[in-house]
Amino acid sequence: MLTPEEQREIEEEAAHFPLRRAASIDALRVVQKHRGWVSDDAVKDIAAFLDTSPDDIDSVATFYNLIFRKPVGRHVIMVCDSVSCWVMGYEGLRDRLKSRLGIEMGQTTSDGRFTLLPVVCLGACDRAPTMIVDGQLHANLDLETIDRILERYP
Amino acid sequence: METPLTAKIRPDGEMIDLAAYERAGGYQAARKAMRMAPAEITELVKKSTLRGRGGAGFPTGQKWSFVPLGPAAPRPKYLIANADEMEPGTFKDRVLLEGDPHELIEGMIVAARAIEAERGYIFLRGEYTDAAARLSRALAEASAKGYLGRNVFGSGADFDLRLHLSGGRYMCGEETGLLNALEGKRANPRAKPPFPQVSGLFGKPSIVQNVETLCNLPHILDKGADWFVKLGLTGDGGTKLYGASGKVKKPGCWELPMGTPLRELLERYAGGMRDGVRFRGVLPGGASTDFLTADHLDVPMDFTAVAKAGSRLGTGTMIVLDDKTCPVGMVHNLEHFFAQESCGWCTPCWSGLHWAEEILWAIESGRGTPADFDRLDHVTKMCGPGNTFCALAPGAVEPLQSALKYFREDFERHIREKRCPWRNGQ
Repeated sequence: MLTPEEQREIEEEAAHFPLRRAASIDALRVVQKHRGWVSDDAVKDIAAFLDTSPDDIDSVATFYNLIFRKPVGRHVIMVCDSVSCWVMGYEGLRDRLKSRLGIEMGQTTSDGRFTLLPVVCLGACDRAPTMIVDGQLHANLDLETIDRILERYP
Repeated sequence: METPLTAKIRPDGEMIDLAAYERAGGYQAARKAMRMAPAEITELVKKSTLRGRGGAGFPTGQKWSFVPLGPAAPRPKYLIANADEMEPGTFKDRVLLEGDPHELIEGMIVAARAIEAERGYIFLRGEYTDAAARLSRALAEASAKGYLGRNVFGSGADFDLRLHLSGGRYMCGEETGLLNALEGKRANPRAKPPFPQVSGLFGKPSIVQNVETLCNLPHILDKGADWFVKLGLTGDGGTKLYGASGKVKKPGCWELPMGTPLRELLERYAGGMRDGVRFRGVLPGGASTDFLTADHLDVPMDFTAVAKAGSRLGTGTMIVLDDKTCPVGMVHNLEHFFAQESCGWCTPCWSGLHWAEEILWAIESGRGTPADFDRLDHVTKMCGPGNTFCALAPGAVEPLQSALKYFREDFERHIREKRCPWRNGQ
């Protein structure tokens, strides 16, 4: 079931569109904001709330990079793997993160602390390499700074 | 040197709020626009020679002229700011969105007046969280003053402007993909015609316009078309937000006269190459543009001259390739991006780009063969203009085809030595 708060937030977006289902991406974002990810049940609930089918909502949910259809850790690290960051040392950074966390890209640490994901260009290429953690941009990264940044996310 | 787009941006990195924006002359152009006839604004913008800053460079006034006007036009009409800055290597709209969100809002009021749009959206990429917070604040400030919503500046016209955060996908930057995303669908492209100016968002007349383009409008209203034309060094008027990333001494973003030569950007503003590396080439306008080389350093960075040199001005933010970076690996990285971001709607793109990525990885990891050149040539032709619904695949093969031309020896060396000469231990 969608919580009353989720329903209110989704309704606010849906009210501005001529078709309720147009708010599907907003709805997915709302649910993810509250729960961290979007479960099968949530997909069904959003579909019912926006007068459309679960398949319709899932086709949207699986299309967009920032919607998570699997559970994620307490903190989500998204490392830019696009061209400017690649030129400025993405591969070394990725390998360091993988070995520090003991996981591959796309995985979550066994203590549920971090999920590690690649992300496309973050539009901060003059400060490459970059990553975002829980929506916050971290730029001009090197192997030392990433260790310190991880400590800020218990 | 005039820098109208960035002049109001605070040096401390904070956004300029409504009061400060108005003290600096802000929202006077919007007031003026509300006193002008829509066709009059479009004529002024046509005369200014303003061309779209999102990558395609389409003349802005001409784009608007296809929107039906008057009481018989379908309603509501929509104006959408494309703030989905996802072209790899591009970070110019971020500067405007974070530094001066009111400039965008004012530009949108002007454009909405020109096409008589009563609804607007700012389609912002979801990762731009700082920009989202600042735009929300600016929208609230402008709404509270009555600059948005009902009866804008007492003109009798309404303009309801909302912020939409994207779910994240490169295809959302494509005009018709963006419209589908705003309708809550997958961001697949639509067939054209009908063009969005006639049948766009929810089937209504719509204009989708890049942030930097919209931010130019208050200044054109304020100072006139002739002033705008003279800002440029060449025929394409205005200033341009240029940027550079890669192993240059001072990567950054600068507002400079349109047509500033590539050499000046690289050497004077980006500070030249870092110590120990040498310049080999540059993608002049983002990931989906053809490489230029040392032979092109005197090319003025405007739409016409860069096209003549065999590439595109694109977004004007360049990515520099140096001699310590593998060109095959760089192009593989680019094609990985495009293959992943292909929406899967048409075959040359989803299949072709995937194969380009695979073949490039084979070459990069020492498994390439001479026959791969023919395969890559085939892919670039199949993905070229005319074979796909949208510009993603044609743009995707631009860096590939030019890399095969300018850095062919490096591809051959990978194949001959069965390894990447730039990677240690391989």
